Amino acid sequence: MSLLGIIRIALKSLTRNKTRTFLTMLGIIIGVAAVIAMLAIGQGAQKIVEDQVNSMGTNVIMVYSNFSQSAVRQAAGGGNLLTIQDAEAIRDQLDGVLYTSPVYNSWGQLKYESKNWRTGIMGVDADYFFIRDMQTSAGELFYRSDVENGAKVCVIGKTVADNLFGDINPVGKIIRIRNIPFTVTGVLTAKGQSVMGNDQDDAVIAPYTTVYQRLLGHRWRNMMIMVSAVSRDAIHIVQQDIMDLLQARHRGTTSEEFVVSSQTDLAETANSVSHTMTILLASIAGISLLVGGIGIMNIMLVSVTERVKEIGIRMAVGAGKRDVLLQFIIEAMAISIMGGILGILLGFGAARVVSKIMDWNIAVTAWSILLSVGFSMSIGIFFGWYPAKKAANLNLIDALRYE
Amino acid sequence: MTNTLLTTKSLSKTYIMGDIQVHALRHVNLEVQKGDFIAIMGASGSGKTTFMNLLGCLDKPSEGEYILDDIPVHQMNEDDLTVIRNQKIGYVFQSFYLLPRTTALENVELPLLYCRKCSLHDRHQKAIKALEIVNIADRAKHYPNQLSGGQQQRVAIARAIVNDPSFILADEPTGNLDTRTSIEVMAVFQQLHANGKTIVLVTHEPDIAQYAHRHITFKDGRIISDKLNTNPKHATQDLLNLPQTDEEA
Repeated sequence: MSLLGIIRIALKSLTRNKTRTFLTMLGIIIGVAAVIAMLAIGQGAQKIVEDQVNSMGTNVIMVYSNFSQSAVRQAAGGGNLLTIQDAEAIRDQLDGVLYTSPVYNSWGQLKYESKNWRTGIMGVDADYFFIRDMQTSAGELFYRSDVENGAKVCVIGKTVADNLFGDINPVGKIIRIRNIPFTVTGVLTAKGQSVMGNDQDDAVIAPYTTVYQRLLGHRWRNMMIMVSAVSRDAIHIVQQDIMDLLQARHRGTTSEEFVVSSQTDLAETANSVSHTMTILLASIAGISLLVGGIGIMNIMLVSVTERVKEIGIRMAVGAGKRDVLLQFIIEAMAISIMGGILGILLGFGAARVVSKIMDWNIAVTAWSILLSVGFSMSIGIFFGWYPAKKAANLNLIDALRYE
Repeated sequence: MTNTLLTTKSLSKTYIMGDIQVHALRHVNLEVQKGDFIAIMGASGSGKTTFMNLLGCLDKPSEGEYILDDIPVHQMNEDDLTVIRNQKIGYVFQSFYLLPRTTALENVELPLLYCRKCSLHDRHQKAIKALEIVNIADRAKHYPNQLSGGQQQRVAIARAIVNDPSFILADEPTGNLDTRTSIEVMAVFQQLHANGKTIVLVTHEPDIAQYAHRHITFKDGRIISDKLNTNPKHATQDLLNLPQTDEEA
């Protein structure tokens, strides 16, 4: 008989037992949905990480001294910490460097009228805003002249603005940072979380000269340097050049005492973490697909036993072994393909829900759909084969007489 | 052209159970003409069921020949037998053997679905025609559990004749039915016979055998008698003579 005819028979016998068919499908549905959702969420997470890395700026290189290595020298009173002069040297001497800014990092209490807010204080050069692609949502940034004059001005992140000012426009207002008055020139456009998971908008940024002189009281010598390279391709060369320059400027140091890491290094690390997570989640989903497949085999075996007489009747009216074999394999395949399709829809829905809740941009890719459909079809054939073979090898008379 | 439908020559079947050989059928010779209406009788264990299985190509003989429509069936392999079962033989079983949760019409269509050279297009018409012949077309959309025993057996007969087989093989077709429905079913067989069908009926009820035209009796795996029934009963006549009942269909 024709393949089409057998498909018709198989589908008909599935619709005759809708509940059982659905329950069998459930394993595959959940498995496929899990695969689709996990891959989508994993990819969504990767996208988020990429966005976070990009939120750092373009072609950014971070330079800082390695505390664990320099501690001995510090104790010995040597000290090889980075200096403003290092930053200037990087800016003035190296090719491929677009912007350079020293960055002082500290913490402190902010005060506006009766409100207090403890936040991160950063002292930077005006170029810092270009390195990090920062813009203001209100007011303006501060300028090179402010840095040179040690002006008591600052820009604040959105979180700070919300907590300190609420509905009031902070631009032009005077806040006290560690009790020293600063004029707010602008509010930064929100950047969201950093790769490390902290809030990039919870900071106040002021000229490094002012921060160094007024807030750190000349004592604070620890700083990092942020650099942006002219192009993505230049990053590696500039990294090496910076390292060479620093070692030349600080005699007797090794490369281990400085860390020159780039945005791409960070992206790679973050990506490999999220990649591992995706693989982990996908393999859990894969296991549930396997369990679903075993469920199909289980039900198909029960179904063969339950339908021995039916098989006998079919054989008596002219069904060959091949017809019976195909019927049961097609039944198993139909279950798994249907389950696959429903699973894709469910997984798609789950991914959408997660993307809504987490505010992620999640995309279900074509290859994850192909993967799960292919996988569920193979499961149908693989786990359908044994029960089908069992059905096809039944003895006709025994099958007819089976009670 | 000969009028012979099937011939068995020295047909034997031996089952081996452990060390013991059971000779279920010993060298049976039989010739059936086209248009015969045969009742095969015998007590249980007489070999009539074994013989029926062999005639129906449900089982293979241990020895001997079986020629059906000039085809040496005893030499055929399993695949060819599948085609013979589909094309040449229409089965009617004691417990009807209709597929559950499948309408009468779909049950009747079943042999057509497994028929390699039949087109699927006219299978509806063919199935409905077969249901009309046995007078049950009005129940085409019913499921077996919605039909009475007699009605189920008629659907089974429709399924047996839908492929226009060489003969109909009925194994105790009235075994699960009351007297009245039994006679009704026999009336269907007699009507089919009148229209030229060959019917082989296996039964242990002498009353039922009276509707057939030739009686073959088995005992201990052999045919012990083979005689014509010169005066078969007429089922339609008998139905009229039965007292009326409440459960008249």
